Amino acid sequence: MAKTSKQFIASLPKIYGIYTGGFLAFIVLMAFLEKAGISGRNIGLMFVGFTILIYALIGWLSRTTEVDEYYLAGKKVPTVFNGMATAADWMSGASFVAMAGGIYFGGYTYMAFLIGWTGGYVLVSTLLAPYLRKFGCYTVPDFIGARYGGNFARFCAVLILLVASFTYVTAQITATGSIAQKALSTPEFPVSFAFGCYTGLITILICSMLGGMRSVTWSQVAQYIVLIIAYLIPLFWISWKYNFGIFPHVMLGDEVQRLAALEQQFGLVRHTKEVLTEAKIPNDALGNATSLKYIVGGHSAVPAGHEVAWRYISLAICMMVGTASLPHILMRYFTTPTVTAARRSVGWSLFFIGLLYLSAPMLATVSKISLMDPNLPTAIIGKKISDVMQIQWVQNWIAVKQVVIVDFNKDGILQLSEWFMNEDVVVLATPEIAGLPYVISGLVAAGGLAAAMSTADGLILAMANAISHDVYYKMIDPKASVQKRLVVARVLLVVLGFLAAWITTKGLTGILGAVAWAFDFAMSGLFFPLVLGVWWKRATRSGAIAGMLCGLIAGTAYLVWVGVPNKDITFFMGATPWKDIHWIFVDNLRFGIPGALVSLIAMVSVSLVTKPESKAVMDMVDEVRIASGKTVIRNA
Amino acid sequence: MASPKQEAHWQATKRLMIITLMIWFFFSTVVFMFAADLNNASFLGYKLGYYMTAQGSMLAFIILIFWSNNRQEKLDREFGFSDEDREED
Repeated sequence: MAKTSKQFIASLPKIYGIYTGGFLAFIVLMAFLEKAGISGRNIGLMFVGFTILIYALIGWLSRTTEVDEYYLAGKKVPTVFNGMATAADWMSGASFVAMAGGIYFGGYTYMAFLIGWTGGYVLVSTLLAPYLRKFGCYTVPDFIGARYGGNFARFCAVLILLVASFTYVTAQITATGSIAQKALSTPEFPVSFAFGCYTGLITILICSMLGGMRSVTWSQVAQYIVLIIAYLIPLFWISWKYNFGIFPHVMLGDEVQRLAALEQQFGLVRHTKEVLTEAKIPNDALGNATSLKYIVGGHSAVPAGHEVAWRYISLAICMMVGTASLPHILMRYFTTPTVTAARRSVGWSLFFIGLLYLSAPMLATVSKISLMDPNLPTAIIGKKISDVMQIQWVQNWIAVKQVVIVDFNKDGILQLSEWFMNEDVVVLATPEIAGLPYVISGLVAAGGLAAAMSTADGLILAMANAISHDVYYKMIDPKASVQKRLVVARVLLVVLGFLAAWITTKGLTGILGAVAWAFDFAMSGLFFPLVLGVWWKRATRSGAIAGMLCGLIAGTAYLVWVGVPNKDITFFMGATPWKDIHWIFVDNLRFGIPGALVSLIAMVSVSLVTKPESKAVMDMVDEVRIASGKTVIRNA
Repeated sequence: MASPKQEAHWQATKRLMIITLMIWFFFSTVVFMFAADLNNASFLGYKLGYYMTAQGSMLAFIILIFWSNNRQEKLDREFGFSDEDREED
């Protein structure tokens, strides 16, 4: 067994090399089929079907009956591959589909997410990953349970894990569902969103159920390869096609400057709430357009003032600290062969994430300039509205209500502020806008699906493992046989998956709010108990419990108090007077700041008034702090 | 209890952690306190404030992690706590 698994690890570069080559060959084949007259819809279907089949096949081939394999992929995932798997785990449907769109409309202020979703890895690498790996835990609550002792502390950690992961997972199933729906529908057989969700869910479960972490790891690597190819090809292609530069990342300076000039020329207008409401553009209490957006701010301009700077920094801090507390990310570093490998693999994770995140602002730039620069054949801004309405891709997106044109000044010319578009459309439509062949649109759909599926996989597995290992095995039935534990883990996986899909299809996601909330929940409850568990010997069990519970309660209470301006939810007290009561611009996206502060204060003060932990715990912490030697806890 | 060698190793590790987090704080926070002013300068043809948020800080984070990991591995070897040659747990 040991020998074959070593051979398997050694042949990984070859396996994934062939896979990547095969995928590229598949793209070329599809391009030929398109030339031969196969319809765009069928090409999209083949892209989605083929990639899903591959992931399911990987899931099936990686099935296992061993606990160490199921929870930790046998602790032999090589550094670079773990980096790729983490990158896929990390980059959700939102990163792939919505990020470039967010930058397109939000400009500088939105880019706080870019910093927030990358900077957190510095915290993961220096404060947590190597130490948690040395611990040898199966799940994040496993660390809390072993370091602080007692089932109650473990249970609190499971609770926060579930709250944060569940908030996150429904967004992923929504993305999976809508992409699957688009790919599977034909004019003759339109399929429902619910059907798309359940189809996506079943593939997600096939990828994770049979082999747990092992299956998820190897399919996430495959999903990363698909999503990064799907993101970079359109960007480089458009950049070459319009001579923006061979390497867009360092050569789009002129285009960014040009956009600033074009913004001046067309003028940035901000509509009032009344104007938007009259034009039937959905908007929130503050008059911001919600689902369909228009360009309000400059592309590269940085608004001056302390408020803008603070809003930017506070959002980035929430996302960074949240990153370092999200269990589905931390658990990826439990699968490396050594402590040093865990640390290195964090660097590789950020490298692979960076390939996409560094490209997102560039994609937003080429997409925007394609629409705005009158010298390009693709430009629509400043053209006659009647001409724009003739363009095929505009008609397609208007038909599904993702694009709306409102001629406010009745001059028949499309102004910058008269073009409304859903954020998600930016990535999905850019290949069509730039006139690339349909095969690229099919590729982008497959990429978006890979991104959403890989994150959903990781999240559902994190939740199911926490319940099966920490609640069932550690608390309810410590004598359970290996077989029984794995059956419980798999049943939970299916139950949680269907619960999440059911909530998604019932349209209850509104109450779960934004993806950003998952980060705020995680940082409110888990960040300080995790970090201080390694870095502060004086931290005690009561302190950790106080930190977790007070943090979670304070964060949630603040969220309820501050309310959500763009959601009509009555139990949020602040829904209407939001503007007046929020505290130094800490709104619903940033409730982790008060949450984590309360958590820190509660944890430190309670730790200091309780008795220090025993010598055995001190020795354990000493042992965690060095890389060499055996793992601290021995699960089997 | 921790041996004197473990104690010294932990002190050195802590120092590296503080340096790393100070650099991290600079690129994640301090830079963006002054982004509006930085936008008056330019880099690679991009306005500097825009560049830092679109690429600069992210590149800095990647380099920082690899640099800090190398330093930590060197520390671990120096004190004899390295696990790079370990095969199994």
